[in-house]
Amino acid sequence: MEALLIPFLDATIRTATPLAYAALGEVVTERSGVINIGLEGIIIAGCLGGLIAAGAGGPTVGFLGGALAGLLMAALFALFVLRLKADAIITGTALTLLGLGVTGTLYRGVFGLEGAALGTPSIAPVALPGLSSLPLVGPVFFTQTVMTYLLYLLVPLLAWWLARTHTGLALRAIGESRTAAHAAGIAVDRIRWGAILFGGVMGGLCGATLVLAQVGTFTEGMSAGRGFIAIAIVVLGRWRVVGTALAALLFGGAFALQYLLQAAGWALPYQLFLALPYLLTLVLLAALRGRAEAPAELASHEG
Amino acid sequence: MSTEPVVATPRDQEALALEGITVRFGSVTALDGAHCTIRRGTVHAILGENGAGKSTLMRAAFGWLTPDAGTLRVHGAPVRFQSSADAIAQGIGMVHQHFMLISAMTVTENIALGGQGRFDASTTAARIAEVATKTGLPVDPTARVRDLAVSAQQRVEIVKALVREAQILILDEPTAVLTPDQATELLRWVRSFADAGGTVVLITHKLREAFTVADDITVLRQGRTVVSAARLALSESHVIEALTGTGTGTGATPASVEASTVGPTIRSARISSERRMVDHIADAPVLRLDGVSYVDARGVTRLRAVDLAVHPGEILGVIGVEGSGPRELLRILAGRLAPTSGRVTRPDVVGFVPEDRLHDAVIPTFSLTENLVLAEGGHARGWMDWSRWRGVTRDLLATADVRAVGPDIPMATLSGGNQQRFVIARERRRATAALIVENPTRGLDLNASARILADLRTLGGHPRPAVVFHSTDLDEVLSVATRVVVCFDGHVAEVQPPLDPNDRTPYTRAMTGSDRPGGEIAAERR
Amino acid sequence: MTEALLALWDGAFGSSYAIWSATLVRSAPLLLLGLGVALAFRAGVLNIGAEGQFLMGAISATAIAQSMGSMGGAVPRIVVIPMMALVGALAGASWAGIAAWVRQRFGVLEVISTIMLNFIALASISWMVRGPLQEPTRIYPQSAEIPGPAQWPFLIPGQRLHLGFVIGLLACGIAWVVLTRTAIGFRIRAVGASRSAATSAGGIAVAGTVLRVFLVSGACAGLAGAAEVGGVTWALYEGISPGYGYTAIAVALLARLHPGWIIVSAIFFGALEAGASAMQRDAGIPSVVVQVIVALVILGVLAGSQRRVIAGAATLGAEARR
Repeated sequence: MEALLIPFLDATIRTATPLAYAALGEVVTERSGVINIGLEGIIIAGCLGGLIAAGAGGPTVGFLGGALAGLLMAALFALFVLRLKADAIITGTALTLLGLGVTGTLYRGVFGLEGAALGTPSIAPVALPGLSSLPLVGPVFFTQTVMTYLLYLLVPLLAWWLARTHTGLALRAIGESRTAAHAAGIAVDRIRWGAILFGGVMGGLCGATLVLAQVGTFTEGMSAGRGFIAIAIVVLGRWRVVGTALAALLFGGAFALQYLLQAAGWALPYQLFLALPYLLTLVLLAALRGRAEAPAELASHEG
Repeated sequence: MSTEPVVATPRDQEALALEGITVRFGSVTALDGAHCTIRRGTVHAILGENGAGKSTLMRAAFGWLTPDAGTLRVHGAPVRFQSSADAIAQGIGMVHQHFMLISAMTVTENIALGGQGRFDASTTAARIAEVATKTGLPVDPTARVRDLAVSAQQRVEIVKALVREAQILILDEPTAVLTPDQATELLRWVRSFADAGGTVVLITHKLREAFTVADDITVLRQGRTVVSAARLALSESHVIEALTGTGTGTGATPASVEASTVGPTIRSARISSERRMVDHIADAPVLRLDGVSYVDARGVTRLRAVDLAVHPGEILGVIGVEGSGPRELLRILAGRLAPTSGRVTRPDVVGFVPEDRLHDAVIPTFSLTENLVLAEGGHARGWMDWSRWRGVTRDLLATADVRAVGPDIPMATLSGGNQQRFVIARERRRATAALIVENPTRGLDLNASARILADLRTLGGHPRPAVVFHSTDLDEVLSVATRVVVCFDGHVAEVQPPLDPNDRTPYTRAMTGSDRPGGEIAAERR
Repeated sequence: MTEALLALWDGAFGSSYAIWSATLVRSAPLLLLGLGVALAFRAGVLNIGAEGQFLMGAISATAIAQSMGSMGGAVPRIVVIPMMALVGALAGASWAGIAAWVRQRFGVLEVISTIMLNFIALASISWMVRGPLQEPTRIYPQSAEIPGPAQWPFLIPGQRLHLGFVIGLLACGIAWVVLTRTAIGFRIRAVGASRSAATSAGGIAVAGTVLRVFLVSGACAGLAGAAEVGGVTWALYEGISPGYGYTAIAVALLARLHPGWIIVSAIFFGALEAGASAMQRDAGIPSVVVQVIVALVILGVLAGSQRRVIAGAATLGAEARR
C-alpha cells in the first residue's frame, strides 16, 4: 500500500505546485474584483518564456523568464480591461488564444517547423535535511523542488498580507466595492494593475514550474486547461489564500490519480483520467453553488 | 433673476472656498463658474434641484473630480486635489448620499480603509470607540456593516470622517434615507458639531432643513450660483424663486412643486376631502391581498400576513422607510414577485412603473418602438409587425406628450422626464385596471416631477384604474394619494388622516413605528 | 515577408481551386460556429464551448454514418445525410445543454463550464478513435472512412465546396430574419440587452429564453461538426478541428454579432486559415500564426468598440448626475 501511496502523494504535491502558483495569483487578482480568464494564455507564455530563458541562462534565469512572460501578458490584459474598459471575459478569452498562438508560432519558429520536443535544464527535488527523513511526511512534503518550498513560505505570507496590511485591506475593499474604495482615497486602478500583474507573474511561474520542475520540456498547448482549472481552484478555495492552496492539492491529486490507477492496473481507458480534472472542476463548481463569498465586484461581470 | 453678491468673508474665517468652478462632462456643462465660501464653525446649506450641480460641486471640493476651471482654497490656502486622498489629508470628510461602505466588511475595516502600512484591527477599533464617545455618535467597531440599520451606517460614515480628523464635513442629502425623527436627531447633531467649532456643508433639496439648521445658504441652478448669503438675509419665497428660476413675473410655480419640495410652507395639497370619497368604493376591489407574507432569499421576513384591498379609482399611497416592506409589497401587487404564503387577487395584466427606470423599465439602447413592444415581449408570438408598432408608438408619444423626434430613436436620447412619461403611458396602455408606481420622480428635476405627479392625480379611463403609489418623499405621497397605508417591519396598516390636513405626525409616527409599543427600538434594529 | 504574404494570398484567393476548395471550404464550419457564438452572445450567454460542441457533433455524425452504413448499404443518401445533420446538431445541443443546466441549476459560469467541456470532448474523441470508432485494422487513431451515401455532395464539379456551406448561409439568413422579424428574436435581443428590463417590463421568461438560445447555439456548432465529417474529412480523427471553435469567437465579434456580417467575417477567417496552410507549405511560416491573428482581431474589436461604449456611458453619466 505504502509503495503506491507515497508516489501518489509525492505526485500530488508535484502537480499541485504549479497549479497553486497560478491559483494564488488569481486569488489576488479576483480579490481586487477582476476575473482573469486569460490565465491559460499567461501560463503557456510562462512555459515558453521559462524554456527559452532556461536554455540561455539555466533554470534560475528560466523562472525569471517565465515570470516576465506572464507579466507581459498580464500587462496586456490590464491595459484592455482597466484602460480601455473592455469586457474582462472576452479579453481573457483573447489572451488565452494569443498565448496559445504566439507560443506555438515562436516555438516552431525557434525550434523548427515540426516543433521537436527538446529537453531543457531542469531543477531536481532537494531533500530537506532532517525533515525529509520523517516517515510518510518526509518523502511527500520535504523531498520536493525549491518551487514547492517557496510556496510553503508564500502561502502564510500572502494570507498575512491580505489580512494585516492596509494594502491588503485596500485590495479586498476594491473587490467588494470600487466606488467605496475610491471614496476612501484608494487608488483603485493602481492597485488593480498591481493585482493583475501579480497574477501574471504567478501564472508565469506556474508555466515555468511546469516546464522546468515537472515535465522537462515544452509542447504546444501544454498548459492543457490549467488556467481554467486554477480559476475553479480559487472558487473551491473560497477566494482565501489557505483554502486555495488546499484546493490546489485536491486537483494535484486528481492529476496524480492517473499514475496511481494506471500503476494499480485499472483497465479503464486512459482518456478517462485525462478528462478527470476537467470533470472534477465541473462537478465541484456545481457542488459549491453558494457564491456568497465571492468578491461582490466580480458579479458585475456576470449576466 | 438677480445674483446675490457674496458677503465678503475674511480669509482667516473661511474654511473652504470655491471660486469659478467649471466642470464639463463631454459636451454637457455641469458647473459653470459656480462659487461659494464656507465659513469656519458654520453650517452651510447648498440648495438646488436635481441636476443643478450640488453634488458635482462638492465632489470637486472632495477631490473626486478635477474641475476644468476654478480655484479651491482650504483655510485660506489654495489647493489642488488629485484625488479624494488629498482632500482627506486637508481635513475634509464627505458622507455621500449612497454610503461608501463595504457591506461585507466590519466597521473597523471600513474606517481603516485608505491607511498605510500594517493594519492593526484592535488599535483602530480603540480609536473608533474613542471618537464615537467624544462626539456622541455610538457605533460598534466589530459589527459587520451589512448587519447595521441605515441610520447606524450613516453614523459609521461620519465617524469614519472624524477618525481621519476631518474638520470640514460634507453631507450629501443626509436625511433622505432617514425617518423624520432620525433626521431631526441628525440635524441636531450637525448643529452641535458646528457650535463646537466644526464646519458642515449640508447638501439638500429640502428648504425646511436649510432654514432650520444652516447659518449660510447657497442656491445653485443649472450649474451656477444664484444665491449665496447668510440665512437671516434670505426669505423662503426668495429662495424658492432662486431654486426654480420662476420669478413672480415669469409665471406661477406649479402647485405640486411647492407641495413636494417646500414641505413646511405649503402643506395643503393634502388628501382633499372629496377625493377621500372614492367614487367606486362599492365595486369589487381590483387588487386584493389576503394574509400575504414574503420571506426573501436571505431568510428575512419582509411582509407579515398582509391584508389589503385596492378599489377602482383609488390612489393608494404607500409610505414606509427603505427595507420596511414597500418594495416587496409593490412587486407582489404587480405580479413581479411571488408571495411566500397567502392569496393575491389581481387582474392578469398590472402596469408597473419601477423606481429604477433605466434598469428595470426600459432598455436604453433600444428604440422607442422596441421599448413599447418590450411590454408585450413575454406573450408575443410569431412575426412582428414593426410598421404597425411604429404607428402605435407614434400615437402613444402624442397622447402622453412625450417629446421625441420619432419612434425610432434610442430611449437613451430622451430626457428623464420624457422617459418616465413614456413608461407610464406604456403601462397604462397595456393595463387599464391597475397601475403600480414606485418612486416615479427619482432623478427627475422639479418641473418634470411635478408633471408626473399631476398626471398620476388625473388618470382617466372607465372604470378608473386602481393605483398604488409609493415614494420615499412623504409629501409626494400625501399630494397624490386618496388613502394612505404604512409599511412598518413587514406589517401594513392604514393611517387615519388627521383632522388638520397639515399635520404630518400620524404619518411620521407610523413610519417609525413610534405609534406601537417598542417600535422605536425595532426600527433601529432592523 | 512579401513572400509569406504572397503565399497567404495565393493560398486563399490565388486560383479558383484556392477559392472554391480551400477558402470557402474552411469558411463552411466557421459560418455555423460563428453564428452559434453570435446568437449566444446576443442573448448574453458567453458560450466559449463551440469547439467541444463541434467535436461532439463530429463524433455523433460519424457514429450514425457508420452504423447506417453497416445496415447493408441500402440506406439512401437522402436519409443518411439529414440524419447526420440532425444527430450532429442534437449532440452539440446536448453538450451545450450540460453547461446551460449547471449554469441555471448551480450557477456555474458558462465560460468555465464550456471550456471544461471542450477538454472533455477532446478526451472523448481521443478515446473514440482508439476505441469504439477506430478503423478496422486498429492501427491508426482514426475512424474508417464513412460510407458513400454519407458523404455530402459537392456543389461544383471538380471543387471541394460542399453542402455544409449552403446550410451555413441558410442558417445565417434564417437567424437574421428570426432576430429582426419575430417575437422570439425580439425576446433574445431584449434578454441580451437587459435581463432586468426583459423580466420586469416584458414579463419575458429569461431562463427559458437563455436555455433555448444556448441549445440552438450548441446545435449550430454540432451541425458544423457533422458537416465537417460529411463534407471534408469523411473520417473522424483527433485533429479534426484546428481550433475552429475559438476562431468562431473572433468571427462573431468581428461581425458585431450580426448574422449577415457573419458570412463576410467567416469567409475572411476561412481565407486566413486557407492562406496560412499555404504559407506554412510554401514559405515555412507556422500556421498557428492564425491563432495570433484571431486573438489580435478580438482585441482590436474590443479596443475599437469600447471607445464607443465609453462615450455612451459618459452621456448616460451626465444624464444621471445630480
